[in-house]
Amino acid sequence: MHRAIEFLQERFPEDVQEVVEFRGDTTIVVNPKAIRAILTALRDAPEMGYKYLSMIAAVDYYPAEPRFGVVYNLYSHRYRDRLTLKCLLPGAAPVIDSVVSVFSTADFHEREAYDLMGIVFKGHPNLKRILLPEDFVGFPLRKEFPQRGQ
Amino acid sequence: MTPVLPEKQYDTMLLNVGPSHPSTHGVLRVLVELDGEVIVRAMPDLGYLHRGIEKLCENRTYHQCIPLMNRLDYLAGEVNNFGFCLAVEKLLGIEVPKRAQYIRVIIAELTRIASHIFWLGTHAHDLGAMTPLFYGFREREKIMDLCEMVSGGRMFPAYFRIGGVAADLPEGFVPEALAFVKDFPNKWKDYDTLLTENPIWKKRTVGVGVMTREECLDWGWSGPMARGSGVDWDLRRDNPYSSYEDFDFNIPLGTREGDVYSRYLVRMQEMLESAKIVRQALEKLPKGDIKVDDPRISLPPKEKVYTDIAALINHFKLIQEGVTPPKGEVYQAIEAPKGEMGFYIVSDGSGRPWRIKIRRPSFVVLNATDKLARGRLLADLIALIGTMDIVLADVDC
Repeated sequence: MHRAIEFLQERFPEDVQEVVEFRGDTTIVVNPKAIRAILTALRDAPEMGYKYLSMIAAVDYYPAEPRFGVVYNLYSHRYRDRLTLKCLLPGAAPVIDSVVSVFSTADFHEREAYDLMGIVFKGHPNLKRILLPEDFVGFPLRKEFPQRGQ
Repeated sequence: MTPVLPEKQYDTMLLNVGPSHPSTHGVLRVLVELDGEVIVRAMPDLGYLHRGIEKLCENRTYHQCIPLMNRLDYLAGEVNNFGFCLAVEKLLGIEVPKRAQYIRVIIAELTRIASHIFWLGTHAHDLGAMTPLFYGFREREKIMDLCEMVSGGRMFPAYFRIGGVAADLPEGFVPEALAFVKDFPNKWKDYDTLLTENPIWKKRTVGVGVMTREECLDWGWSGPMARGSGVDWDLRRDNPYSSYEDFDFNIPLGTREGDVYSRYLVRMQEMLESAKIVRQALEKLPKGDIKVDDPRISLPPKEKVYTDIAALINHFKLIQEGVTPPKGEVYQAIEAPKGEMGFYIVSDGSGRPWRIKIRRPSFVVLNATDKLARGRLLADLIALIGTMDIVLADVDC
C-alpha cells in the first residue's frame, strides 16, 4: 500500500474519495475543493516530501459525469517514489483552485489545461491561452472538438 | 498588439526577441521589457509550432503514435520513442527481452550524446564561439550514421516498437559503435580545451541564471538543469528502467551554485558517462530475442506471414487494430537528455489511446524564463535560453 494513502486518510478523511492501484501506480481521487490544502500538506510534511510536481494533466472522460479529470503527478526526491492525485470536475463548469502558490511549476501546466481543455483554475495569476492564439474559439482536446478543426 | 503587459510603463521599452531568431532555437517569442539594457520582465510567448500531437494520438493506434513522438524533441527523437514505448508496455504489463533492453539503452545513450553535442555547439555559438559547433557536427554525424545503420533514418529513426525494437542490430554495428565510444573521450577534450577555461566563455556564463536547489524543485526542473544546482536525482539510477541498473555510471552534479556554467559542466560530464554506458552495454550485449514473443503485441516474422495463415491473421489484426491494453491509467517517465520526459496514458480498453499527456522537459523549464532573466542584461537572455537546451517542437508539442 502506498505510504501516502494512510497519511491523507488521516489528515483529510472527508476528502479522499477513491484509491486506484494499477500497474504499480497509485492514484488517489480527492475532493477538488481540498486540492490546495492536500498538495501543501504533501509538500511540507517531512515524512511525505513531495516537493516536486512533475505535471498536471487534464482528461476528458466524456460521456461520463463528472466529466473532467485533473491529474497531479508528484515525486518525492527523498523517498524516490511517485504519487498521482486526481480531481474530478463536472462537465458544466469545470473550476478548480490554482496551485501556483504551492508549486511555481503549475503555472504553465494550468495554462495549458485551460487552453486545450477549458478547465478554469481559480486564482491563477495569468490564466490565458498559452499554445493557441488568444482569439481561438473552443477547447481542442475536448472530445466533441473535431480532429480536423471546426 | 494585444496588451500583454498589464500596466503601461513609460520609462521602459518593449522588445521582441523572436519569434524567428537564431538564438531562440526555434519559433519562440520572448517579449522583453527593458530598462536601458536591463531586463525588467521577460514573457515567453509560445505556440508557434503547436501541432496538436496529443489530439492526433487519440485517433491512431498506439503503434501509429510512435513516429509522432519522434517529432517532439527532434534532437533526441529516439529517446521520446523510448519513453512512449515504455509507457505503453507498462499499460500492457509486459517487459521486453533483455537484448532489446540493452539495444534500447545503447541507442538512447548515443542519442543523448548527440543531443548534448548539438546543445553545446549551438549554445557556444550563441555566445560567440563558432568552433565547438563545427567540432560537434563531426561526432554527431557519426552517431547519426549509427542510427542510420539500425533504422535507415537519421533524424527520425522510429526504431523502437511496442514490445521491443524493429530489427536486430545490423552486422558491423557493434564494432563501429565501440570504436566511436572508445575514441569519444579524446574528441571530447577538444570541446573541453576550447571552452572550460576560456575567459570569455566564463565571463558570459559564471553567475548567470542562478537557481538554488529548492527553487529547482519548486519550478519542476529535472535532468541536467536541476543537477547543475546540486539536485542529486537521475531517473536512470533512482527509478531504473530497461536494465539501467546493470551499468556502472556516475551522476555528475554541479559543484558550484547552479548557474549557466555549472550546467555546462554537468552536461559535459554526462556525455562521458553516456559513452561509458554504451561501451558497457555493447560489451555485455546478451543474446536472444529483440521483441516479446506475443502475437498480440509483436508482428510475426515476414516469412511466416507468407506461409502460415495464423501469422497472417495476427499480422493483419495488429496492423488494423493495434495493441489493446486494458482499461487504466499509467504514468511512465524516463531520463531524456533534457530531463524528465513523462507520458501519462489513459486507456479505455480499445486500440486507440483515450488521452496521452506528454510531460515535456523543455516546456517546464521555459516557465522560469522570467524568474531567471529579471535584473540581468539583455545579452544574458541569450545565455539563459541556450542553457535551458529547449527545442521548440518539444515545448509546443
